[in-house]
Amino acid sequence: MECREKIMTAMQIIFGITAAVMVGSAIMVVTTKNLIHAALWLIVTLFGAAVLFATLNAGFIAVIQVVVYIGAIAILFIFAIMLTRREKGDTGPGLNRGWWLSAVIAVVVFGGLTWLLQGWDGLSKAAPALGPSFDSVGLLAETLVSPEAFVLPFEVASVLLLAALVGAVYIAFQRKGEE
Amino acid sequence: MIPLSWYLILSAALFAIGLFGVLSRKNAIAILLGIELMLNAVNINLVSFWRYNDPTRIDGQVFAVIVFAVAAAEVAVGLALVISVYRRRNTVVADEIDLMKW
Amino acid sequence: MDSFFSNPVTDWLSGVFTGWGMNPDAAHVLTAFIAILLLITVVMVLDIFLVWTERKIVARFQDRIGPNRLGPFGLIQPFADIIKLIIKENIYPKGVDKIVYNLAPVIMMMSVLLLWAVFPLSPILFGVDLNVGVLYLIGVGSLGTLSIIMAGWSSNNKYALLGAFRQVAVMISYEIPMVVALLIPTILSGSMGINDIVWAQDVWYIVLVPLGFILFLISATAELGRAPFDLTEAESELIAGHHIEYSGMKFGLFYASELLHTFTFGGFIAAFFFGGWRGPGAETYPILGLFYFLIKATIGYWLFGWIKYTLPRIRIDKMMDLNWKFLVPFSFALLVFVALTNALLADFVGSWIYWVGMLLSNLLFGWVTMEILRRRARGEREKVEGVQPVAEGGH
Repeated sequence: MECREKIMTAMQIIFGITAAVMVGSAIMVVTTKNLIHAALWLIVTLFGAAVLFATLNAGFIAVIQVVVYIGAIAILFIFAIMLTRREKGDTGPGLNRGWWLSAVIAVVVFGGLTWLLQGWDGLSKAAPALGPSFDSVGLLAETLVSPEAFVLPFEVASVLLLAALVGAVYIAFQRKGEE
Repeated sequence: MIPLSWYLILSAALFAIGLFGVLSRKNAIAILLGIELMLNAVNINLVSFWRYNDPTRIDGQVFAVIVFAVAAAEVAVGLALVISVYRRRNTVVADEIDLMKW
Repeated sequence: MDSFFSNPVTDWLSGVFTGWGMNPDAAHVLTAFIAILLLITVVMVLDIFLVWTERKIVARFQDRIGPNRLGPFGLIQPFADIIKLIIKENIYPKGVDKIVYNLAPVIMMMSVLLLWAVFPLSPILFGVDLNVGVLYLIGVGSLGTLSIIMAGWSSNNKYALLGAFRQVAVMISYEIPMVVALLIPTILSGSMGINDIVWAQDVWYIVLVPLGFILFLISATAELGRAPFDLTEAESELIAGHHIEYSGMKFGLFYASELLHTFTFGGFIAAFFFGGWRGPGAETYPILGLFYFLIKATIGYWLFGWIKYTLPRIRIDKMMDLNWKFLVPFSFALLVFVALTNALLADFVGSWIYWVGMLLSNLLFGWVTMEILRRRARGEREKVEGVQPVAEGGH
């Protein structure tokens, strides 16, 4: 029991470090002038999220987070940033004139959300223990393709991806004769 | 033990930061970066609710997977739009793309 | 299940630490740390000898002898290389983004070393038996992509940026056939854990699905950035791609990580298609498993070397065509085909009917593909020749 307590404390330490890194890098994402740096900071945040998923025993989601977000989305962002700039440096302020208003709104949203959460009694709930043979990957696979569960949303998601693929190619494609 | 509230508060913070980015950044790509932060906050919520509610019902993870698909689609189309706009108007500052404002 | 973190040796070691009056948890963490450090050290020393092996292999392919002056068979040569790299001056070109510039080679090396965490060296010797090991492999690979683009961008050099752009485009594109190729062993073994895949290989998967093996070999070559897909190097056009502005040990890290990455992928080829550590007596004497595994991994490494020093470099647009117009559709069709045959032959799993059925169906699939390609090529040739009846100057 004592050992279990200690492992839990270790988990809390890991969570604390990850959370601090995530919030810090998220703030850097929205405030850094240099957009490439912002994208790199975003990668740090996304990596933190992957660590959190791992602490939540969702190994599959954690790995998918790295594959999809860091391997594809972040790289796509960096490509897009490089394709849409005339010179290397970013000039001028990165934020618009009403940024203080947005900051107020963000703080209000954060405060409101935490205030709402305060009144809810499910907060201090402990996570149910998982059996040693619990296999969330197998369960997820069966749920995603089982007709009683999520096969239709799953297929719709794949159609959405296909549509996005075609749409992105169509929009970004430089037609002949066009400058 | 990590209480559920820690995850929820962290995700609320990330959501608020992302919202700030979306509202206040000038560059259209930076706005998309903010949206990514918000989507990630949602995902943390979904997975932690799955873990703390009933792990044998895997709906939370399924939603997270679908959020991944949507995020990928959104980024692909969004960045294609930004690149297309940049080609035509030579700018990615959201304030300057105001032709339809009237 | 035993692993680096709990086996007789580490248990003994943490026993020693607790005997010195250390907290059991801290002792466990310390032992795990020592195990990881030991593994990384062994891997890095192996890397030094890979430099020598690489030079010897390329020398043999080019009908030379290779390093033969320093020590027996020139074995000391790589150490001399390393000393030279370490004492070289560190140069920062103008306008370099220092943090990103210094971070890129580290992340590159990290992305390779992280792969060793899921490496099943023998039945009881592996870092972690992740149940999503195959996906982990892809995820870690994306860190390598990231480091290339970081290096290319931060160098403030247009050739570096162009090289990084090309290489990243290639890596992202070839990731798709690679993922699909890895799904084939996953389907056959019913698990994404690499050790489970090894356990399931009573018959090596290269016999059951030779096409899957070829697909993985091609896409892995592109993923590694080795010739004929070495657009990142392309000495004649881009000078050296993303690491053009790196000197001294920073370049050394890129070079070392490329070699080690290749060896690691040789190991994964061994694990996925050559039966991993399996061999006569490997279950009873795990140390034999390690021996078999290293031999198979070396064969995989040599395969990559063979391809690299035999084939000329392919142009970037041809390479993208090969991927998007052939490999991606081919891999999807192969995946569906293998899944179907596997389901059809499900009653015979473990008997010779299953093995022969899988092999023959794969050969049939390959033959049909070749036939379709031949028809298409003939059609295109006839079209071209029909339009221009005079064939002179046709090249």
